[in-house]
Amino acid sequence: MCLAVPGIIESIEGEEFARTGKVNFGGVVRDVNLVCVPEAGVGDYVVVHVGVAISKVDKEEAEQVLEYLRQMGEEDVKA
Amino acid sequence: MKFVDEYRDPALAERLVTAIRQLVTHQWTIMEVCGGQTHSIMKYGIDQLLPSEVVLLHGPGCPVCVTPVEILDKAFEIANRPEVTFCSFGDMLRVPGSHGDLLSAKAAGADVRIVYSPLDAVKFAQAHPDRQVVFLAVGFETTAPANALAVDQAARLQLKNFTVLVSHVLVPPAIEAILAAPGNQVQGFLAAGHVCTVMGSTEYEPIARKYCVPIVVTGFEPVDILQGVYMVVKQLEEGRSEVENQYSRSVRSEGNRPAQALIEKVFRVIPRKWRGIGEIPASGLGLREEYSAFDAELRFNVAGNVVEESQDCISGLILQGRKKPPDCPAFGTLCTPEQPLGATMVSSEGACAAYYRYARGR
Repeated sequence: MCLAVPGIIESIEGEEFARTGKVNFGGVVRDVNLVCVPEAGVGDYVVVHVGVAISKVDKEEAEQVLEYLRQMGEEDVKA
Repeated sequence: MKFVDEYRDPALAERLVTAIRQLVTHQWTIMEVCGGQTHSIMKYGIDQLLPSEVVLLHGPGCPVCVTPVEILDKAFEIANRPEVTFCSFGDMLRVPGSHGDLLSAKAAGADVRIVYSPLDAVKFAQAHPDRQVVFLAVGFETTAPANALAVDQAARLQLKNFTVLVSHVLVPPAIEAILAAPGNQVQGFLAAGHVCTVMGSTEYEPIARKYCVPIVVTGFEPVDILQGVYMVVKQLEEGRSEVENQYSRSVRSEGNRPAQALIEKVFRVIPRKWRGIGEIPASGLGLREEYSAFDAELRFNVAGNVVEESQDCISGLILQGRKKPPDCPAFGTLCTPEQPLGATMVSSEGACAAYYRYARGR
């Protein structure tokens, strides 16, 4: 029920409570309400739940976590 | 898909499983709160990858499951009115109330429609002023901004033919109810990543302190869940009980402020009854008085009857992590996804339904 999917913003129209955008989810493009992510622009990834973006994906955080996980394994191999 | 596929990488998952094995020295019981996480755990067999010391219990985090029968009966009654177009998320259609489910109402001629978003129901109402459009607004904090937006849009558009039947629930009071229950076995939590995307993680800090439990905000892909388990086990082994954030690519500690402002504008905190658990104080959302014109319960004057739940069903104990689905004598016999007796079998994210689908043959 709380399923939310990341997609990339392709275009934005409208302002404030009417701010919406076309968001591409791995090839499927949908209209998404962007009222809750004023900081997100074209080219940003947003996490979308029932047609409403609830966060902008923090790419740096994502990369840092993945890097940490990759290193975690390397250290084990070395040990 | 970016930000999905990386978190399904078997090599990373294997590293995390190895790290958990190396870390664990005691027996630990951890609860994942969200039904989406339960579904992932069973689908990817994560429970079977973990060392035997780590037991996962499945929490109450499925709004479809915990929606009380009374609300389903009200939905059924309203949906059967000739002037009504009843809109709902697809997963609510097969949840049985006392007289049947919405799908059977549809089959018998009621105008019941599945919508992807509550905003689609508002659009439909705008385009069809001759129809009374009702949206079944269920969900946790994750869904509350979208449902609040729908009501807010309807108010801005001055729609006279749009109402919502609200059954919104909140996660922290349910976690507290579980921890405060006598015989609680849960020692650590994976908190629900999308609930915390909206609400942030700070509201869990008093709970972690009061009950001395580690709470790790966790995502939904296999690597997310394994990392969340790793972080909880690490805290347990080190004797810490803090709130940590595994799902940092989406969750900020303060949450999503514009989304919270929308929720605050449209809803207020009220007591809610949870199917299988009972009433929990301050555990849900209801419409604020300013928005009572959009309240389907008032518009259609549906009286509240109290409904008894099945005696054969132990879903209340399963929702609280005190039993697992195969412990129930009705599991897979009297109770199946086609003919569910109770909360945890009714939706694909319910623990019983996930076990039925993925783990019956184990």
